[in-house]
Amino acid sequence: MSRPLVLLVLLLGAALGLTACGSGAGSDADLTIYSGRNEELVGSLIERFERESGLRVDVRYGDSAELAATIAEEGDNSPADVFFSQDAGALGAIEDTLTPLPEPLLAAVPERFRDPRDRWTGVSGRARVIAYNTDRFEEREVPDSVFDLTDERWRGKVGLPPPNASFQAFVSAMRLDVGDERTRAWLEAMKANDVQTYDNNIQTVEAIGAGEIELGLVNHYYLYELKREDPGLAAANHFPASGDPGSLVNVAGVGILKTSESEEDALRFARFLVAKRSQQFFADETSEYPLVEGVQRRGELPPLDAVIGPQVELGRLGEQLRSTLKLLDEVGLTT
Amino acid sequence: MSARRPPWVLSTLGVAAVVLVCLPLAYLAVRVAGAGPDAWSVLERPRTVGLVAQTAALVAAVTAAAVVVAVPAAWLVARSDLPGRRFWAVTLALPLVLPSYVLALALLAVSGPGGLLGLPELEGFTGALIALTLATYPLVFLLSIAALRRADPALEEAARGLGRTPVQVFREVTLPLLRPSVAAGALLVALYTLADFGVVSLMRAEALTRAVYLQYRGAFDREPAAVLALLLVGLTLLVLLGEQRARARMPSGSAGGRTVRPAPVVTLGRWRGPALAFCGALAGVGLLLPVAVLSVWLARDVPSVDGVVAATVNSLGVALAAAAVTTAAALPVAVLAGRFRSRWTAALERTGYASNALPGIVAALAFVFFAARHAPIVYQSIGLLVAAYLVRFFPQALAGVSAALTRAEPKLEEASRGLGRGMTRTLATVTVPLVAPGMMAGAALVLLSTLKELPATLILRPTGFDTLATEVWTATSVSQYSAAALPALALCALAAPAVYLLVARGGRELEQLGN
Repeated sequence: MSRPLVLLVLLLGAALGLTACGSGAGSDADLTIYSGRNEELVGSLIERFERESGLRVDVRYGDSAELAATIAEEGDNSPADVFFSQDAGALGAIEDTLTPLPEPLLAAVPERFRDPRDRWTGVSGRARVIAYNTDRFEEREVPDSVFDLTDERWRGKVGLPPPNASFQAFVSAMRLDVGDERTRAWLEAMKANDVQTYDNNIQTVEAIGAGEIELGLVNHYYLYELKREDPGLAAANHFPASGDPGSLVNVAGVGILKTSESEEDALRFARFLVAKRSQQFFADETSEYPLVEGVQRRGELPPLDAVIGPQVELGRLGEQLRSTLKLLDEVGLTT
Repeated sequence: MSARRPPWVLSTLGVAAVVLVCLPLAYLAVRVAGAGPDAWSVLERPRTVGLVAQTAALVAAVTAAAVVVAVPAAWLVARSDLPGRRFWAVTLALPLVLPSYVLALALLAVSGPGGLLGLPELEGFTGALIALTLATYPLVFLLSIAALRRADPALEEAARGLGRTPVQVFREVTLPLLRPSVAAGALLVALYTLADFGVVSLMRAEALTRAVYLQYRGAFDREPAAVLALLLVGLTLLVLLGEQRARARMPSGSAGGRTVRPAPVVTLGRWRGPALAFCGALAGVGLLLPVAVLSVWLARDVPSVDGVVAATVNSLGVALAAAAVTTAAALPVAVLAGRFRSRWTAALERTGYASNALPGIVAALAFVFFAARHAPIVYQSIGLLVAAYLVRFFPQALAGVSAALTRAEPKLEEASRGLGRGMTRTLATVTVPLVAPGMMAGAALVLLSTLKELPATLILRPTGFDTLATEVWTATSVSQYSAAALPALALCALAAPAVYLLVARGGRELEQLGN
């Protein structure tokens, strides 16, 4: 055989060898988690679960709504055992594919932070905030309501992340609170006011810090995540007024798929998330609100009970997701 | 040997490969046909019209810019007394090792309010235009140099003898000689831009690929994404058709025969300084800047090496597998078209090039739709990912083998037949070794493309399977730029040998692909 041909055969052999090693990563996990929370935030937590449980875990990271849609598309063939979502709405949207959770697990978390039909439970809390650039102005100049952001003063200066499930949940909450028409009008006015769109919360807060925009609609904890890397970041959180849709309190939560063949291990993961140590992790490392009694939140955060969002039950967000996405699409924010 | 009927094994393999290549598009069409009117309504939106216009504008602008940058650079390297011509010939082709999204990241890093150099903010259309031009001009550059070196210098000498100035010679003689090669390069640039996903996403530019992805991510019903994907395919087909018609009007004679007499060197004189500055600036922005930015990020933060090692193994593994499988699949098609010429083998080969019209995001959607519903066994498997690469990069492997076959004289094969060897044995023992270097080059091209591929990898990869490309992407999507540096550099290192091979062969495979 000629030399190039020998090389080609060798390459083929090497390729088969390498993919054989590589494929080990994909196929024989004990537990497959679809995580709408990003790796930066929860990767180390899941690694700890692997170490403590001795289970091999595969995690597919993505946006919560995207993963919910994926689970819906996969139907009975879904390889996922657990859906770890960034918000209650994405869990609720695929509630029919989830199996009811057992009572002891549910009891750990206050009722308002879990599914009325017991298909999912919240594991950490978060508030919507208006993040702002601290070089440009004082907190008292930041609007107290998201409805003020359509003002000419903020033209091109406000950012938000449409693909993000927490943002979508906020829109769902607004629809339930003030109705579809006002919500659509608000979204259209925002769009007309040259609102800047980003892929996710982190990019939005970063753009605020860099001065590309002045305000952003995000979850409260991304600020702390970025400040960890850059303590001098020129950004801070403003909690909108009580009752404003902009101050929705939502949860990250977990559900177990009916089609899972590792339900026991999946339950173990869910229990792990509401255990004290993980709750402490959410409080200290991701700067969220722990939901289990006896774990303290981060000092500078207002108490969760003091953040009063719109009068919307988290259990109702799921049924809205599909139509909220359609609305965002029609208004032209997601494409 | 061309008049005979091909062995049935060969025909079967060839047809099977081409059918496989066409399947995803067919499935997507079927799925979309079955979708409700809701899915089709995306086409009626005014926004969609704007999207198509923006995409077309970007493609036109990038193609024009790449040609404008690359042709003079190629002329300087091949025809002038520019100091360090050999150095520039390699250096200016080197941005090929950089994935275009890394170029985009580097540009973003140095611009805007928080940028390293504080340049004006670079985003949207302009940002995408600059990044994509830098990423693609080497294609035109390589093909132009090859054409210039092939061109018979007698014509240019004659023109000069008739008293034409160097500028007139360039415009009236050299440029027309170059035109077929530049057209081939421009087509590759246009196809690349149409399929690009990483750059337009990072630059937040309006483009169809990004819209398809956003639609896929941002809606519960995925048929609208499929409809947009087909729209993208339609636009790509238009580009291919337009190019074909333009070429039909071009003088068919390529740049001369087989003369290898070196062309006389044009003295630059006082233009030497500006010429050097031009080449230096091009290399500075396209090569030095990204490497410098990655180094700064790397120095800022000692990255964790573990993840990068695993990702390197994964990247190399799937890329080698894709290269080998794709080349093997392309071989029978190329041999059928090159050695058993008939109407149907020519049609088979042409159809094999059809996936040029299939951007990665579209191929990925087709595979994910199909597997999630009908083939759960291969869903999220490495095999499916490699199959998607095969479909996506089949034309590159085909071009590699075809280029080699057209150059290899069939005499040796005829001699083998004359000495009593069977057709199949002749193919195996004579034809295949003859085209082996071309196969290697085609494989290198597939390897390079697979290493850098982003959208199909993101969507189709097995759970927990990270490649260097996805590591870069994940790091940037959470603004962890320092974490993007090491995988990006590793990616360039892996890509370098493949680029070296292609440059050393003078872009022969690229030219075949463009034709």
